Amino acid sequence: MSNEWPLFEVFIRGQHGLSHRHVGSLHATDAAHAIQNARDVYTRRKEGISIWVVPAAAITASSPDDKDALFDPADDKVYRHPSFFDIPDDAGAM
Amino acid sequence: MYAQMIKSEATTDDPEKLAAFQARIDAGDKIEPKDWMPQGYRKTLIRQIGQHAHSEIVGQLPEGNWITRAPTLERKAILLAKVQDEAGHGLYLYCAAETLGVSRDELTEMLLDGRMKFSSIFAYPTLTWADMGAVGWLVDGAAIMNQVPLQRTSFGPYARAMVRICKEESFHQRQGFDIMMKMVNGTEAQKCMAQDALNRFWYPALMMFGPSDAESVHSEQSMQWKIKMNGNDELRQKFVDQTAPQAKYLGLTIPDPDLRWNEEEGGYDFTGPDWSEFFDVLKGNGPCSIERIEARQKAWDDGAWVREARMAHAARKRATSVAAE
Repeated sequence: MSNEWPLFEVFIRGQHGLSHRHVGSLHATDAAHAIQNARDVYTRRKEGISIWVVPAAAITASSPDDKDALFDPADDKVYRHPSFFDIPDDAGAM
Repeated sequence: MYAQMIKSEATTDDPEKLAAFQARIDAGDKIEPKDWMPQGYRKTLIRQIGQHAHSEIVGQLPEGNWITRAPTLERKAILLAKVQDEAGHGLYLYCAAETLGVSRDELTEMLLDGRMKFSSIFAYPTLTWADMGAVGWLVDGAAIMNQVPLQRTSFGPYARAMVRICKEESFHQRQGFDIMMKMVNGTEAQKCMAQDALNRFWYPALMMFGPSDAESVHSEQSMQWKIKMNGNDELRQKFVDQTAPQAKYLGLTIPDPDLRWNEEEGGYDFTGPDWSEFFDVLKGNGPCSIERIEARQKAWDDGAWVREARMAHAARKRATSVAAE
């Protein structure tokens, strides 16, 4: 198992100017090889116009155990959303 | 299906954690690789996704058999694209299985030494060009029946792989039906080839869904965990109901004298396959079972030096760029 090709995560930018989006992963020996493989595995039907590859080992992810600590505080801050505020119709478009 | 007779693994986890896990699944949460999961869920999924991946990869062989003999350049290009898709499907699924803590090499070795299986359907030979039509129409058609609901399966990476696969699978079925249409509108001999392909692939296609739910002891836990979405009989019925009118459209006869529309049930009555044949094929005694594994073993052995050389090359490039800095 030790000599298995390392894992890369693949990100693709679609045609319409959106951000690169994670599409999946693959094995390759280095980044250039990962781009070649990503082209074959993830863009056979014009799914994108740009590819990023990142060694999976280089990604730091939040832990599922920290989910509450990280995301719960947003629960009671509904005033961050524009719909929180009542603006009279007379005030015009806003 | 591509994953058949997947035994649900017993689980010996903390009952409280198990209950909380089940509650997440019941609420429609997706389980992600780093989340806590029962040992049985993990093991069952590795086996199921692994077998599914192996089936995609082994499934390239019966079709690859006809690439060099496709009747026109266009048919050849289409078949190449289809076989390349199957490779891609295998890769998506291997990656999903790897998130559960099994390596790609381990998965391959388990296929080669018989600890993991591939779908019974790929143990049958493809004898004529019409078989390329029958495989696309029936085999991919049956696969779609199972894969569409799996897009909602509880394990995130598996569900996402299924979304990608389903997008591509409908091209496969339609290209198969297109071949069948061409054949039945051709010469008498071509029409006979199409009928012969249907005769040979009909029952093996019905077997893909696995034995009757009444005899399927593994379904219940997997259904509860939402890694199996529908019963085997339900999907098989759906497949027959969809396929029988298509056969009629083609002017072909499904090789089942008892196949008839049941007005009351709103579906077709049909004869089930010979299950002793299915179990025999699954044990590795299908007409091409040995040939398929031998082909995979050869590819694995012959490719070893390529895998090693690429690693060595990448290591040397890294060393040279470090030295240059």
